[in-house]
Amino acid sequence: MLALPAAPQPAPRRQVFVGTAVAGAAGMMLIGGMMATWLKFRADAPVRESMKRGLIKDWMPEKVIVPEIATNLMLIGFFVVCVMAQWAVYSAKRNDRPHTGLALSVSALMTLAILNAQIFIWTQMGVAARDGAFHSMFYAATGAMMALLLSGLVYTAVAAFRYLGGRSKDVELLSAHALYWYFLTVAFCPVWFIVYVQK
Amino acid sequence: MSLIETHQNSQAHASTSSVSAWLTTADHKRVGRLFIGSGLIALLAGLVLAVLIAFERINADSYQILSENSATQVLATARLLLTFGAVIPLLLGLAIAVVPLQLGARSIAFPRLAASGFWMWLTGLGLAIAAIIGNGGPGGGESDLVDLYLASSVLLGLGVLLAAISIVVSVLTNRAPGMGILRAPLFAWSSFVGALALVLAMPVLIGTTIYLYIDHRYARLGFGGNFGVNRWIGWSLSQPFTYLLAIPALGIVLDVVPTMNRSRLAQRPAAFVAIGLVSISVLSAVTQTTVTLPWEGAKFLDNAGDKIADLLPFLLLTVLPVLGLLGILGLSLLTLKSAQPRVAAPLAFVLLGLLGILEGAAAHILSGIEDAGLAGTIYEAGTYVAVTFGTVMIAFGGICYWGPKLWGRNIPDKAAIPLALLGFVATLLGSLPYMVAGFADQPSGLVNGFSYSGPQDLWNIATCGGFVLMLLVTVAFIALALKSFTSGTTAGDDPWDGSTLEWATTSPPPVENFAALAVVGSSSPFADMKSSTSTGKGA
Repeated sequence: MLALPAAPQPAPRRQVFVGTAVAGAAGMMLIGGMMATWLKFRADAPVRESMKRGLIKDWMPEKVIVPEIATNLMLIGFFVVCVMAQWAVYSAKRNDRPHTGLALSVSALMTLAILNAQIFIWTQMGVAARDGAFHSMFYAATGAMMALLLSGLVYTAVAAFRYLGGRSKDVELLSAHALYWYFLTVAFCPVWFIVYVQK
Repeated sequence: MSLIETHQNSQAHASTSSVSAWLTTADHKRVGRLFIGSGLIALLAGLVLAVLIAFERINADSYQILSENSATQVLATARLLLTFGAVIPLLLGLAIAVVPLQLGARSIAFPRLAASGFWMWLTGLGLAIAAIIGNGGPGGGESDLVDLYLASSVLLGLGVLLAAISIVVSVLTNRAPGMGILRAPLFAWSSFVGALALVLAMPVLIGTTIYLYIDHRYARLGFGGNFGVNRWIGWSLSQPFTYLLAIPALGIVLDVVPTMNRSRLAQRPAAFVAIGLVSISVLSAVTQTTVTLPWEGAKFLDNAGDKIADLLPFLLLTVLPVLGLLGILGLSLLTLKSAQPRVAAPLAFVLLGLLGILEGAAAHILSGIEDAGLAGTIYEAGTYVAVTFGTVMIAFGGICYWGPKLWGRNIPDKAAIPLALLGFVATLLGSLPYMVAGFADQPSGLVNGFSYSGPQDLWNIATCGGFVLMLLVTVAFIALALKSFTSGTTAGDDPWDGSTLEWATTSPPPVENFAALAVVGSSSPFADMKSSTSTGKGA
């Protein structure tokens, strides 16, 4: 039987890393598209008189107060998770299992802290989804971001189980995990600025 | 005879065909066939509904079969089925089944992701149709079912997204050694570009649908409730979004033409440029905008700066894709000119389908010029029909071309070529009369209650005839494919004398496609191998 020339050993594929990059791009498009729609609605909102700020867009109700400490802590939390995820990669490359495990555990813990901050924000703001366009869009945008956050938590758990379960040579998965958190952080920045800072 | 050794036990494993094996399969060829089979069924259903709508439009004074409310629902369902039910899965299915073979890979990247994409798409489509049947589609009156429609649209979009991610990663990471990205077969390349466009566009659609769902369920203050659904996500069922879906079809044309001509594609680098020009329409999809020229009859030199500012995005998003399509037609003709092509069903389907897409895309340029007064008329439906039917025809060509590889049996040319010709007639008949009626101001989105001067009935009867013809062609094609792939003549491993790696394995291929990876030295690796063997330099 004829055969094509045998190939040399194939180069490392980094399939998980590339797949994570593509999925991360999709996640950023999701948040980018939602923020674009948010900005359009805010720009189209009618103008009203504010006691404190004069003429403003009638978008977020005046009585709603954003708990800014919690929102800022969320942003800081995302950056901390990035550092932890990268620390896990650094440690894994040096076969340092205890530190890899610690880094992944802190990543998961910080993710839960971010989730907790978001629930606190929802509770404190007291926005009812049925009260208007801002209200429903607020829950849709922040809810979608939280869904992505939860997917990051699952990713952290999978990476931790695989690494600590014995696949200690699989640094690619940890690199991909770190990359995903970079994407999530970049995706959260516009949410933080547009929804919580600019309002 | 296969030119690449296959695993000894793979054939036996591949023949397992129990229901559970299909339900849990992670074999990319099976997942692709599931997409193709479901897409053909959805195409049939979509065409039946399109015929119903066209039939209702013949007599604009009263409803014959439908009611006022159901007509709106049927209109929405027909487009959903044709776009998300037929065009996307047919091309995704072909890509999932064929691209790994073309790349010389043993599997698609993340096969379970692709499989779960199929099941999510199927579940989402089924729930969306169920919701529409229960009066829950766009503009529907059953509130809970409208919610279901929106939620299932998110599921459907996620399914498409997962399958698209699988294709993108495959082309980036699963190529055979020596196959640089520019040496990838053009169907693999166009599938990569088309899938990447979906990766960029589908999340935007999903995000908007999430807004719609939350708003409809709780507030109904921002997005227009049930009547706002079409206004906000209608762009995904119209041009230029449909161009994105057609991108993989262009790769089918560029692979089939040189194979049928037994030559290499003329000016291959230009093909990348042409595909790139068509893919520019992704900008329009992700920004959810249709660019128009709002010049309103003013002289060009009045506010020339503003007009140029209007003209540039119009040229970029509306005219450049047409130039890309013209480029692909030109390259195909240039290739065919170099030798005597064999007249086979795949060639007939892809060339005539390409003409259909070109007709729709070129006509779409006019609809963007506000002076033409075509906004809100049925002209847009004419361009949609041309692009969609053209894409479906090319998908049929792809099934004729790669069917022997996937199913191991041939579709006879004698029976299939007349179907290609009839399909082209159906495309023209289904689209051109709507375009003419658009100039006469027949409104879009209405199936009844309109009147205008001119042979109104003639245009609508002709369109109905076109849809009926396309329905018949589809029924005949499915019957022919079923008969051929179950009891037709056995195909050889290389029935078309192909030049790319999918023809180097058995028909149908074993589970892992190839036992040994090939070293690729050009964009036609299998042709190189055959020529070196025939000159005595081979292995």
